[in-house]
Amino acid sequence: MVPLWWHISLGVALFVIGAAGVLLRRNILVVLMSLELLLNSVNINFIAFGRYYADFRGQIFAIFVIAITAAEVAVALGILVALVRNKSTLKVDDVTVMKG
Amino acid sequence: MDQGFFLLFAAVAVITALIVVLARNPVHSALALMACFLQISAVFVLLEAPLLAVVQIFVYVGAIMVLFLFVIMMIDVREAVLQRFLPGGNLPALVLLVLLGAEMLVLVLSSERFSATEPAAKGGGDQIREFSTTLFADYLLPFEVASVILLAALVGAIVLARKETG
Repeated sequence: MVPLWWHISLGVALFVIGAAGVLLRRNILVVLMSLELLLNSVNINFIAFGRYYADFRGQIFAIFVIAITAAEVAVALGILVALVRNKSTLKVDDVTVMKG
Repeated sequence: MDQGFFLLFAAVAVITALIVVLARNPVHSALALMACFLQISAVFVLLEAPLLAVVQIFVYVGAIMVLFLFVIMMIDVREAVLQRFLPGGNLPALVLLVLLGAEMLVLVLSSERFSATEPAAKGGGDQIREFSTTLFADYLLPFEVASVILLAALVGAIVLARKETG
């Protein structure tokens, strides 16, 4: 059988890679994809813990995470399309409208 | 057998995740992300969560990735393709990431609670049925709230992506 910490380590690896994408990349599209990666690593942890402690709540919360992710992506891509239409840029550093 | 499959899926998932972050072209990132999601859904199958694996493929690979590719085709990415990282690097973020990864790995590896190899025995029988009963009986309110959130996101996306007509 696969030990529990293997799954958790996979979650850690994907989380760190996703965080690297969010923090280091300057392209908004890639930042959004890295956010998906972060949420997926959390899902792996939820389901692994749910299985090893024989509890359905891990899977249930993973389903909620997936639903929230779908909503988040729809709104984020809508904002992205509006942004490109108004400012025609894809770089995070160029979007400083809300900077004081 | 299980371990071999898990190592294979995990290795491919990590490699494709690295491609997502390192690729120059956002289209390559999106395709690598799709491959990564497929590997993660295979890991879900190994974790005996077949429903979650199917939902993962339907929602992520079927819907979200199509949305991503659609938006990439819609907006012009040629100018953004040229630049990969901020010139001069981002040292504080890198240090933060290394610290974060090391901390989480140390916590996982040094704790006894993560060393379980055999899952606790489940009550046998129809797991999907039990799962659905729990979802729709104990978690009915969060489920409905999720549906309201999805509706709000749908309306918001339509309003945001619409052309300004007044």
